[in-house]
Amino acid sequence: MSFELETAANRENLRRVAIDPVSRVEGHGKVTLLLDDAGHVKEARLHIVEFRGFEKFIQGRPYWEVPVMVQRLCGICPVSHHLAAAKALDPVVGALTVTPTADKLRRLMHYGQILQSHALHFFHLASPDLLFGFESPVQQRNIVGVAGAWPEVAKKGVLLRKFGQEVIRITTGKRVHGTGAVPGGVNRSLSATERDSLLADADRVIEWSREAVHLARQLHETNAALYDDFGLFRSHLLSLVRADGALDLYDGHLRLRDARGQIVRDAIPCADYDQHIVEEVKSWSYMKFPFIKDLGPARGWYKVGPLARVQNCDFIPSPLAEVERQDFIARGEGEPIHAPLAYHWARMIEMLHAAEIIRELLDDPDLLSDQRMADGPRGREGVGIIEAPRGTLIHHYRVGEDDLVSYCNLIVSTTHNNQAMNEAVRQVARRYLDGRQLTEGLLNHIEVAIRAFDPCLSCATHALGKMPLVVELHGPDGAQLDRAERGG
Amino acid sequence: MERSSTGLNGEAEGPVRLVIFAVGNPSRGDDALGPMLMEELECQAPPGVELVSDFQLQPEHALDLYGCALALFIDAGTGTPAPFEFRELTAAAGHSVSSHAFTPSEVLQVYATLHGHPAPPAFLLCVRGDHFALGESLSPGAQEHLEAARRHLQACLVEPTAERWRHHLTGAQGPTEAQR
Repeated sequence: MSFELETAANRENLRRVAIDPVSRVEGHGKVTLLLDDAGHVKEARLHIVEFRGFEKFIQGRPYWEVPVMVQRLCGICPVSHHLAAAKALDPVVGALTVTPTADKLRRLMHYGQILQSHALHFFHLASPDLLFGFESPVQQRNIVGVAGAWPEVAKKGVLLRKFGQEVIRITTGKRVHGTGAVPGGVNRSLSATERDSLLADADRVIEWSREAVHLARQLHETNAALYDDFGLFRSHLLSLVRADGALDLYDGHLRLRDARGQIVRDAIPCADYDQHIVEEVKSWSYMKFPFIKDLGPARGWYKVGPLARVQNCDFIPSPLAEVERQDFIARGEGEPIHAPLAYHWARMIEMLHAAEIIRELLDDPDLLSDQRMADGPRGREGVGIIEAPRGTLIHHYRVGEDDLVSYCNLIVSTTHNNQAMNEAVRQVARRYLDGRQLTEGLLNHIEVAIRAFDPCLSCATHALGKMPLVVELHGPDGAQLDRAERGG
Repeated sequence: MERSSTGLNGEAEGPVRLVIFAVGNPSRGDDALGPMLMEELECQAPPGVELVSDFQLQPEHALDLYGCALALFIDAGTGTPAPFEFRELTAAAGHSVSSHAFTPSEVLQVYATLHGHPAPPAFLLCVRGDHFALGESLSPGAQEHLEAARRHLQACLVEPTAERWRHHLTGAQGPTEAQR
């Protein structure tokens, strides 16, 4: 597969600029820009600099441990891995269909995760860039700066995330490392007291989420020229949808739209994912590049996540979010919206949907039932696909006669978006960096484009001192010309 | 002990004298230092102490500070003077590049901004770690550091007051958070 600006000619004679790692995304990514002597961008790549080894971490473990162990893959979306693993392992215990109580509790947990993760991203990761501007002083462009200038925005962001985490705590039994979902169902129901504690705040969460949609929309519309064009590229859109075409972030079948909005693959059963999606390895990144097999690597890559999901579904099955979706779609004037910064608006529509679903589920008496587990004839293989906050997440396992996992394949959301993020980086590099002086604000444009996808580049590690931002300049001979470091 | 309210008013239920945060991933080599110390604390269940364990610090951890008289953050650190560093924290808007993983000082700053008054006195027990790969166990060096940190922590818990803990500081020789 070859893309413009992916690999430069005469790259050994070019000047290298590295942003290492990308700040305010999860983990260790690195952007390298190769410049010629005139300062023109000749190559732009987003690298993943740490080998993940997720599959190796899982293989050989007893299958019943897996839904708990996979939570340690990601510090921001452990619940998504937890649920995808449990879904994949349901057939192993013969639970081809789980009980209504298990299905609804898992959904409650999942939409709690969506709400808290989207709130974190918008209010604490993206809003500093969006509210202050990409070239504002780095000392101001963080959540503390937002809290000083817009204290109510910051406070609602904190409290929305707190509510989502309470949903997770109550459905999993613990704030982190919970064990709510197990192969075949769930291991706890809600008590009436727990349900009522969530109900007490649920309407306010819907109200705040709706305000967040309007804030994201206002930011987009008041600076439309920038938002519609920044890092723009066109691609296919991939996500789960429900059988009737509704947005469903927990279950469904796979659907692919092309860049013009035509449905080109639909009703793909989750178990058949590997007949349609293959991954290409490139020598310069540890993260693979997935594409649709029969479209080929050059045409078959796609994007996932809120921007894909909100446009891939036919409707959103909750009234307030559906109104917002229709307004969003109208902005495209008959064409899909591909602008990376539109992810933020779409993400807030999904947060509102999550808040509405949580509210609806809390009225369902099945949440309090003790019909938690299903079983049947044992199986040896399963695929679980879920729409995690960042996009489609695939877990695939085979289990041996000894009940140990013999095969594991995970395709995480950020991997699906690998090519898309690289395209966004190239567009921004071409537009904003070519031939200009490399200021901190300009480099942040690259990071803004990447952050729109909310990537998890290296999951679930945090030690003090592990995440500085380093910017390096290399001359044509490879020698380091300059270096800047901030934060930690 | 975990608080039960959803906390949308930012207020906790019940009296808590001390809140202890342990940060790290148990499956990431020396990142497990914080969670391992927390496991031991959970067995002791000291009265009046709230224990909060998480992969990384986030903005909403500021809400856990509400109503507390004293806070302790336990984390692994790269470049930390071995075997550990114990120092008092100050709130800092800081120049951090990460909002997904806050520093303790940033959590204190979020608290002050949200509530309009300073956070309670807070201290950091930062234990030196060297290897953080997925699936690795604790490195031999980290095991030694863990033992030293455990003794220090137990000494602190005998009299959990800011005044007393200031006598346990390891000094200002180590690098600051912004430098690490």
